[in-house]
Amino acid sequence: MNRAPASPSLLLMLVMALLTLPSHAKAQDLVADLSEHLVAITTGFTGTDVLLFGAIEGQGDVVVVVTGPAQDVIVRRKDKVLGVWLNAKSLRFSGVPSYYAVASSRPVNTFLNDALQARLEVGAQHLRISPVEGQRATEREMIDFRQALIRRKQVRGLFQDEIGEVSFIGRTLFRTRLFLPANVPTGTYIITAYLIRDNDVASAQTTPLLISKIGIGADVYDFAYEQSAAYGLIAVIIAVMAGWLASVIFRKS
Amino acid sequence: MYVHLPIAEMSVNVILILGMGGLVGFLSGVFGVGGGFLMTPLLIFLGIPPAVAVGTQSAQIVAASVSGVLAHWRRKNVDLKMGLVLLAGGLFGSTVGVWLFSLLQGLGQIDLIISLLFVLLLGTVGLLMLQESVRAIIRRRRGVAQRGKLHEHNWLHGLPLKMRFRRSKLYISALLPFSLGVIVGILSAIMGVGGSFIMMPAMIYLLGMPTAMVVGTSLFQVIFVAANVTFLQSLQNQTVDIFLALLLLVGGVVGAQIGSKFGTYLRGEQLRALLALMVLTVCGKLLVDLVAMPGDLYSLQFPVIVR
Repeated sequence: MNRAPASPSLLLMLVMALLTLPSHAKAQDLVADLSEHLVAITTGFTGTDVLLFGAIEGQGDVVVVVTGPAQDVIVRRKDKVLGVWLNAKSLRFSGVPSYYAVASSRPVNTFLNDALQARLEVGAQHLRISPVEGQRATEREMIDFRQALIRRKQVRGLFQDEIGEVSFIGRTLFRTRLFLPANVPTGTYIITAYLIRDNDVASAQTTPLLISKIGIGADVYDFAYEQSAAYGLIAVIIAVMAGWLASVIFRKS
Repeated sequence: MYVHLPIAEMSVNVILILGMGGLVGFLSGVFGVGGGFLMTPLLIFLGIPPAVAVGTQSAQIVAASVSGVLAHWRRKNVDLKMGLVLLAGGLFGSTVGVWLFSLLQGLGQIDLIISLLFVLLLGTVGLLMLQESVRAIIRRRRGVAQRGKLHEHNWLHGLPLKMRFRRSKLYISALLPFSLGVIVGILSAIMGVGGSFIMMPAMIYLLGMPTAMVVGTSLFQVIFVAANVTFLQSLQNQTVDIFLALLLLVGGVVGAQIGSKFGTYLRGEQLRALLALMVLTVCGKLLVDLVAMPGDLYSLQFPVIVR
């Protein structure tokens, strides 16, 4: 269900925007790449690691921000009605990254001020997610629902609740391990590595990572959503055949 | 050994699913019931999204009913005319049911309604069965023979559109089986059950059908109603996981064969009392989940972007 359309032109624009974001950055001061640019979710997928590695020139700290494709999310709150807990109030959020993780070479507060943390979306509280316009809710509810959204995403392992570690090998080489859980949503991920000097972005590089379902499971999923009527008919036919087969097998024995 | 279910979008242990299918199949073999009313709650307890549990169960029920009905068909225990009238109601009811399902899913209330309906139905059926079986056990101890009329004439027999059902030796209004079909159709679409635990008592006590005809005729119409639900759930809600359905079926078929052999060695009343207790346990667990304060009051839903 976590599918977002990944149009190439949109992706290119996003990459360009991210690359030009640090206005006075010297791009050659940081280079980074991934161990793989495609993660295939097969039928036996139980999660995987992707390695981000790179090098910096000169001093500085490295922060890596990973975001999955944006999606809409409905947050519902249960209230007790007649002794039963049921979904009452709901708020719809848009532009919520389906996956989010951050890694840093040092605790972020030691070298990033709040304004820069907010600009680079370092830390889930800084994510620019807000309710869709035109919904009735108090200020308090907006905050509570937003926090609940982040909390539930963290429980599912789709928002990392702790900042990961970027480790240096010597003074120039760095690496960080990005863990993708079994339930990782598909789509194009944007991984941005920033070189931070004196509370400012000295350099940055963005790398896309494509996560897609592959194999019979993926085909079944696509078929179910794109050719729903045919899928339904085939499901019925398979069920009838299976039932008939079962009765034939056990009639003889 | 884990397998990723494409529609439920989660990894499950294959052995566990096969075992669950086997257990419910075994019980359905022993007790001669469909087992859908136990399987759907069990799938929900396992963490399968309730909507997917319900949709998938309908495919499982098609398969189970096909293999069940063939034996009854050979023994001429299917009242085709009655089956068709029930089916007409069932198709109408299940179509309405799937539509209601979509509506409730959009409102975020489908999980609640599924749980509530299960608590209500499992609670009622469980208590009735327990009461009946305990009475039967007491009667057997006292050695009193049971007597009673097959069915009584009341206002239901004054309804219009009377129809003759030769196989069942009945002359009743077609509205009766039709409305029964509608009600069971709605429930089977929303709950992912075949509905035989409502259908069969109603056929015996309400319509007055001969007991021999009841199981075959009920199974016959369930095939088509469940097939309709499977198709419509796939079309409208994309909640039928055919991988999961096949896994459950394999376990279920094997379990049912063992169960039906085992069942002949046990006494009816004690069996029914046992089943009643099991049904009430599942009901109790669902009820506790409804009234206990949830760990987190908030939950997320990801609306599907239609392209």
